[in-house]
Amino acid sequence: MWGRLKALIVKELLAVLRDPRARIILIGPPIIQLVVFSYAVTLEVKNVDIAVLDRDHGAWSQELLQRIAGAPSFRAIVPVATPAALRQAIDREEVLAAIQLGPSFSRDIAAGRPAELQIILDGRRSNAAQIVAGYLNRIVTGLAADAARPGAHRAAATTLVPRDWFNPNRDYVWYTVPNLIAVIALLIGLIVTALSIARERELGTFDQLMVSPLRTHEILLGKLVAPLLIGIVLITVYVLAALFVFGVPLRGSLLLLYGSAVFYLAALVGLGLFISSLAATQQQAILGAFLFMVPAILLSGFATPIDNMPGWLQPATLFDPLRYFLVIVNGVFLKGLEPGEILANTLPLALIALVTLSAAAWLFRRRME
Amino acid sequence: MSVGRQDRLRRFAALVTKETYQIVRDPSSILIALVLPLILLFLFGYGVSLDATRTKIGLVIEAPTPAARTLAASFQASRYFDVRLGRDRRQFTDDLVRGAVKGIVVIPANFAADQMKHGAVSPIQVIVDGTDPNTASFVENDAQGVLASWARIEGADTGAQRPGIEIEQRFWFNPQLTSRFFLVPGSIAIVMTLVGTMLTALVVAREWERGTMEAMMATPVTAAELLAGKVLPYFVLALLSMTLCVLIAVFAFGVPFRGSVVALYALAAAFLVPALGQGMLISAATKNQFLASQLALISAFLPAFLLSGFLFEIGSMPKIIQWISVIVPARYLIPSLQSVFLAGDIWPMFLRDIAVMLFEGAILFAIAARNTRKRIA
Repeated sequence: MWGRLKALIVKELLAVLRDPRARIILIGPPIIQLVVFSYAVTLEVKNVDIAVLDRDHGAWSQELLQRIAGAPSFRAIVPVATPAALRQAIDREEVLAAIQLGPSFSRDIAAGRPAELQIILDGRRSNAAQIVAGYLNRIVTGLAADAARPGAHRAAATTLVPRDWFNPNRDYVWYTVPNLIAVIALLIGLIVTALSIARERELGTFDQLMVSPLRTHEILLGKLVAPLLIGIVLITVYVLAALFVFGVPLRGSLLLLYGSAVFYLAALVGLGLFISSLAATQQQAILGAFLFMVPAILLSGFATPIDNMPGWLQPATLFDPLRYFLVIVNGVFLKGLEPGEILANTLPLALIALVTLSAAAWLFRRRME
Repeated sequence: MSVGRQDRLRRFAALVTKETYQIVRDPSSILIALVLPLILLFLFGYGVSLDATRTKIGLVIEAPTPAARTLAASFQASRYFDVRLGRDRRQFTDDLVRGAVKGIVVIPANFAADQMKHGAVSPIQVIVDGTDPNTASFVENDAQGVLASWARIEGADTGAQRPGIEIEQRFWFNPQLTSRFFLVPGSIAIVMTLVGTMLTALVVAREWERGTMEAMMATPVTAAELLAGKVLPYFVLALLSMTLCVLIAVFAFGVPFRGSVVALYALAAAFLVPALGQGMLISAATKNQFLASQLALISAFLPAFLLSGFLFEIGSMPKIIQWISVIVPARYLIPSLQSVFLAGDIWPMFLRDIAVMLFEGAILFAIAARNTRKRIA
C-alpha cells in the first residue's frame, strides 16, 4: 500500500509541477506578491499634499505653514488664492486637505483673542482624511500652546507616551509579511487542490484512476499529501524571506508554527477537494475556490479588524481557517506566543480540516457511484 | 465593397451571438457576473469597515486621585473605547498578548490635577499591540483625543486661560465619515475587474485549451474580429453586473449618487477596455486555465484590491510601488467612481482618467491581437 501511495503522491506532484510555467507561477509571483504587497498594505498616511488659502500672511500663519511643511507626513503645501481654487483642488483630488486662514488670524493670536482656522478634508477618502485631521489638529494645538502669552497659565500640559509592544517602531512590514504568508498560502493552496479532481475529470484521467487498484481513501490521501507538501515548501520560502529579506524577528517556535501550518493546510486542502469534487469542470472549480477565497480573506481580520464588523456577522468568521492561522503566524513571529495559545487556535483548524476532509471524501465517494 | 462589408457584419453578428449563447448557457459565468458581485458588495457593505467601533482597552488607575477619576470617567464616556478598569498593568498584559484588549492606558500614581496648574508634565502611558499597527494608531489617536478634551474641561475648571485657535473641521462629500460610502463604490471597480479580466481570461483560456480557438482560426474570421466578438458580450455582461451593483449600493446601502449616469457609464466603459484587454492577453499568453486563473488573480484582482488606492493610500507606499501602481487600471477608475457617487461630476478628473484607461487598453489589445495572430502562423 505504501508503494502505491508513494507513486500516487509523486503523480500528484508531477501533475502540478510538470508544466514549467506552472512551476514558475507557484514560485515567482508569490514572492513578488510578498514583496509588493508587504509594502502596499499600510493605513499610514504619508506624502500628503495640502492646499492653503492664506488671507492673513502674518507672522503666525507663516509659523503654522512652516510647522506643517516640517511635519514628516506632509509633502507639499499648495497655496491657493481663492475659495474656488481651493474647491477645485479638493474636487480633483489634487490635495487631501485644505486650510483656510482668515485675514485676522495673526492679529487675533497676538491680541489673545480666539483665532479661527478652517480645515477642509476630502470625505471620499474619509479614513485617510481622519488621520490627516489628527495630524493637523496636533500641529495647531502645539502652535496654540506656544502662542500662549507669557504670564498666562499654561493649561494642561499632560502628555501621552505611547509604547508599542512587540513592534517598537510600529513597522508595518512586520505586520504585513507574516500575515501575507497566511494569505498567499490560502490563495495557492486552495487553487491547486480545487483543480486536482476537476482537472482529471475534464481530461478523462479520472476514470483511469478509478479502474486502478487504488482504494478511494488512497486516492484522497494522495491528493491530500501532495498539496500539503507544496504548501509546506511555499511557507518555508516565505518564512526565510520574512526573516532574511524583511528582517522580521522570530520570537516564537518555528516547530509550533509548522505544526499548526500542517492543520491549516489540511483545512485548506479539505475545502479545495470539497470544491473540486463538487465541480464538473476546471472553470467551475476555480470560480468555486474564488467564491470561498474572497470572503475568507475579507472576514479574517487581515484588512480590517473583526471587532469592527457588525455583531451578527462576527460568528461567520469562526469558520474561517485564515482567522486562526493569522493569530498563529503573527504570534509566533512577533509575540513569541505561548504553546497554549497556539493550541487554542490550532484546534479549530484541526476541526475545520476534519469536517472538510470528511465532507470531501463523502462527496467524492458519492460522485463515484 | 458594400457586399463585403455586409458579409463581414453578418459574420461578426453570428460570432457575437455564439459567444452570448456560450455565456448564457454556462452557469459559472452567471455565478461570477451576478452572484459574486452580490457577495462582494455584501462583504464590503457590512464586513469590511474602517469605522472603528468601541475598542476594548484596559485602563489602569494606579492611585485613585480626583484627577485620575475624572480622566477615567472621560475614557469610560468616550464612544471610542470599551473600558475595563484595573489597578495594575499586569492585570491586562496577558489580555493584550492574546488580543482580548487592544491597548492599556496607564494613569500613573503621581498623576494629579494640581500638577497641571504648575505646568508640570504628568505622562499617561498608552501601551498598544504593535503587531497590528492600524489598531495601534487608532488607539493612540483616540486616547490623545480623550486626553485633550479632558484637559480642556479641567483647564476651564481650574481657571487656566487658554489662548484659542478654534479649529473648524469639515469633511466634504461624506460628513458622517461612513467608510461604507467609499468602500462600496470601490468594490464595484473590483467586481468589474473580476468580470472583465478574470472571467474573460478563464473562458478564453479554456477555448485555447480545448482547441476550439484554433477551430475558429480556421474560419475566414480575422483575429481582430475574433477578439472583438469575444469581448463584446463580456463588455455587456460587465456593464450589467455594474448596474446591478450600483442599484444595490444606492438603494440597499444608501450610498449617495451625486453625479450623472452618463459619467458613470463613460467611466465604466473606459475601464472595461484595459480590463478586457488584460483578460484576452492573459488567455492568449497562457492558453491554460490554471495559469490563466493564477495570473488573473495576481495581476488583476490583487492589484485592484491593494494597489488602487481602494483601501490603502498610494501616496504612503514606497516610490517603487507607486510606480508599479501606475499601470493598474483600477487606480484610475476608483477615485473617479467614488467622485461620481459622493462628489458629483468632476469632468476634468474623469476625462484624464478615461484617457489613461483607454490608452492602456489600446496597448493591451494590441499585444493581445499580436499574440493571437502569431499562433496561427
